[in-house]
Amino acid sequence: MVKVFPFSAIVGQDDMKLAMMIAAVDRSVGGVLLFGDRGTGKSTAVRALAGLLPKMRACVGCPYSCAPASDFCDTAQCGVEARGDARKNRLTEVPVVDLPLGVTEDRVVGALDIEKALVHGEKSFDPGLLARANRGFLYIDEVNLLEDHIVDLLLDVAASGENLVEREGMSVRHPARFVLIGSGNPEEGELRPQLLDRFGLVVDVRTPTEIAERIEVIRRRDKFERDPAGFCRKWSRQDGRLRSRIVRARENLESVPISDEILGKAAEVCIALGTDGSRGELTLMRAARAHAALNGDAEVTLDHLRDVAEMALGHRLRRDPLDESSAGARVRRVVGDILA
Amino acid sequence: MNAKQKLPPLPTAEPAAVAVLLAIDPHGLGGVVLRSRPGPGRDRWLAELRRLLPDTAPYVRVPVSVPHDRLLGGLDFGATMASGRPVHAKGLLESADGGLVGLSMAERLTPSTAAIVASACDDGVLNIERDGARRRVPASIGVVAFDEGMEPEECVDTALAERLAFSLRPDEYGEGELTAADWNSTAVSAVRAALPDTLLPDDAVELLVHVAVAFGISSMRAVNLAARCAKAAAAAAGRSSVDEDDVRIAAQLVYPQRATRMPSEAEQEQPEPPPEEQEPPEENASNQNNELPDDMIIDAVRANVPDGLLDILEAQRLRKQAQTAGSRGGPKSRSRHRGRPVGTRPGLPTNGDRLNVLATLKSAAPWQSIRRKTSPHSDRPLHIRKEDLAVNRYEDRTETTTIFAVDASGSQAAQRLAEVKGAIELLLSECYVRRDQVALIAFRGQSAELLLPPTRALARAKRSLRALPGGGGTPLAAGLDAARDLAVAETHHGRSATVVLLTDGRANINRSGNADPQVAEEEALAAGRSLRAEGIRSLLVDTSRRPRPRARNLANAMNARYVPLPHADARAISETVQQGVAA
Repeated sequence: MVKVFPFSAIVGQDDMKLAMMIAAVDRSVGGVLLFGDRGTGKSTAVRALAGLLPKMRACVGCPYSCAPASDFCDTAQCGVEARGDARKNRLTEVPVVDLPLGVTEDRVVGALDIEKALVHGEKSFDPGLLARANRGFLYIDEVNLLEDHIVDLLLDVAASGENLVEREGMSVRHPARFVLIGSGNPEEGELRPQLLDRFGLVVDVRTPTEIAERIEVIRRRDKFERDPAGFCRKWSRQDGRLRSRIVRARENLESVPISDEILGKAAEVCIALGTDGSRGELTLMRAARAHAALNGDAEVTLDHLRDVAEMALGHRLRRDPLDESSAGARVRRVVGDILA
Repeated sequence: MNAKQKLPPLPTAEPAAVAVLLAIDPHGLGGVVLRSRPGPGRDRWLAELRRLLPDTAPYVRVPVSVPHDRLLGGLDFGATMASGRPVHAKGLLESADGGLVGLSMAERLTPSTAAIVASACDDGVLNIERDGARRRVPASIGVVAFDEGMEPEECVDTALAERLAFSLRPDEYGEGELTAADWNSTAVSAVRAALPDTLLPDDAVELLVHVAVAFGISSMRAVNLAARCAKAAAAAAGRSSVDEDDVRIAAQLVYPQRATRMPSEAEQEQPEPPPEEQEPPEENASNQNNELPDDMIIDAVRANVPDGLLDILEAQRLRKQAQTAGSRGGPKSRSRHRGRPVGTRPGLPTNGDRLNVLATLKSAAPWQSIRRKTSPHSDRPLHIRKEDLAVNRYEDRTETTTIFAVDASGSQAAQRLAEVKGAIELLLSECYVRRDQVALIAFRGQSAELLLPPTRALARAKRSLRALPGGGGTPLAAGLDAARDLAVAETHHGRSATVVLLTDGRANINRSGNADPQVAEEEALAAGRSLRAEGIRSLLVDTSRRPRPRARNLANAMNARYVPLPHADARAISETVQQGVAA
């Protein structure tokens, strides 16, 4: 097993870490897109996330990692036999599935199992990446280089939470509810607006400017490369602390109240920025609530709103021909005015 | 580590030093960009590098138009059919594991191919999800990117180049500098064994970070590569810990090609700081003054920074812009029938799509035994059905739309307008020959009007042009906005748009349609800047009798090529625009 760099050992990049923690607490926030400079540890952070997530209960042998009492497994499509009332289940890692570049369509949606077909002459479905990512995270590195026909597949499934395969004479339908995590460099081409829209939070990742911070980045990287196992051991307690914060936040999420005043302010910000539709407000509220829950705060305050406004709204602005400043700067300005 | 080993000193000549260091840690250092035409210098250096590598290390040459299934591996059709069970062929990257990959004509690699190689550089492992199999294969590779670009803007994809520690121009060195005669693969192997135990002290890290900041290198990956390079240098010198010399060597080899500014210029460079630069210059200036080793290393790096750094930076910025502009709404345009084949998709060979026999056979292969059982024609050697058919996909050069934004206001004297019309007519016929699309926007009076949406219909274009009336005020901002919106819409459709603006630059109607020259001009400049922000290629033809700074200012705001036409006839305008569009 290759050791991954621990999440808590990532220096700085607080916005990136916060966005990913929020996505881990409240999946309904939608995906996270990390857009920014090269060599800022975007991929490192996503790989590290896998080690941070609390385990989940899933049926043993189910290719879709179904929850023990899910309806889907009841239809026995996944081929896991029920024993008595309950299916055998156990705690498993939450899947963080890589969608590698150069992936073929059949591997994304699933296809005929070639081995079985050739050797046994048997027609059976071999679930793809979307099946494996169910209930977990789907990570796309260099998301703007993804081929168009693969993007089309993802858009459809990400919206419906269900993967419908009609190919090679097979007809399969299975749940594929995953949180999209993308990373990329805007210089390599922009993202299709439809895909951008699927991401709840977008974080602009920048190279640390503090010299001390940069030195620490290199130092930790070197330590990790020399002794991965020892390094991970050293940071496992910090990672554990973050993990319990996520668990607690999930439990408390529903009970963190949002006052009407805060809702009003959030709406005001969205109106001032002219974000399209109400998805911006919804994401802003959910992210602020998850943020409050992560901090263990009793209710959502303006501070929470302020912290997440840029990542929740920055990519939803209409282009304003009269204003050439970046989207982030515009959000900050409006947030500064309204949430003062 | 073994102290009695006698190691030859690290060569002082750069190419030789790079060869030794790269042989010591090919995967950790990523590799090298060899910028030169094919020639003896390049071959000599490569031979030297291969001589220094252990005999078992493979060297795999990857052609520029490599399809992804060769790069990553996939179902081997022949072997699969012969053995009756799926057989996967190794990809090129996998077969280079533990050795080197040579990328031919690396400046022409597609971004997605470059990104795949880059991911192997990062992880040393490839996750492959292709042709019905999920494989995780080792691909711990070093990359030798042969960059044969002639112009500064033709260079290796930045995402890949960033991961390669070194950059060399082997043409510029002599035989003695290209070779490390004292070294051999045995010595390299001895250093390799010592490398994992080589320490990187904190002060060396600090030094590397400070120097990187001084040269405006923002990526942490660069510093990381330099740190690994310093460790390799220390191990090669038989030291167990990196010292200042190693840092100097690493900085000298890794930083110059990544510099975005010269340390002394930090203050002067205020007027146009590249947007990605965030290091506060004051901070590193003060750091330089009180730390001596920094200065020494900075001087050493400075000596290696290529001449004309700023020109190169400008070229790269333009390239970046052009790329962003061209790649909006999908990285490359996919044409159905023309261009370079980039793979296959399932589908019927209709509408001129061409059948890909191999892909069709591949998708039919797994079914053969099932179909043989069920088919009434069980004696047929092959059972192929409609759903197996696959057709070729092609990648074409992006189609171009030329958007003419014509100032038809009163300030354009009637005769002038006639000249402009004549020029556009000529251009239209040229566009027709190249199968480009054209669109025509005219602005006069209170607003801009799209006279002709993007079309290839020459007759229609000519008709609407002839009907174009003149006179009235100049709503320049409105004209620019209309041109920008159309250009953005075109790029979303995967076409690249060029705006040709024909005006004297004198705006006097503001966006709300009122006569207010001052506001109108400010708005026009702002509109011009937003055109630039969208990365739209543009050309401004100054149609005033005497060229004035006004139009030039606007051209600057748009980042447009500026062409004054004091006394031009239609043909001259047409030729200028042709050049401008081609440039």
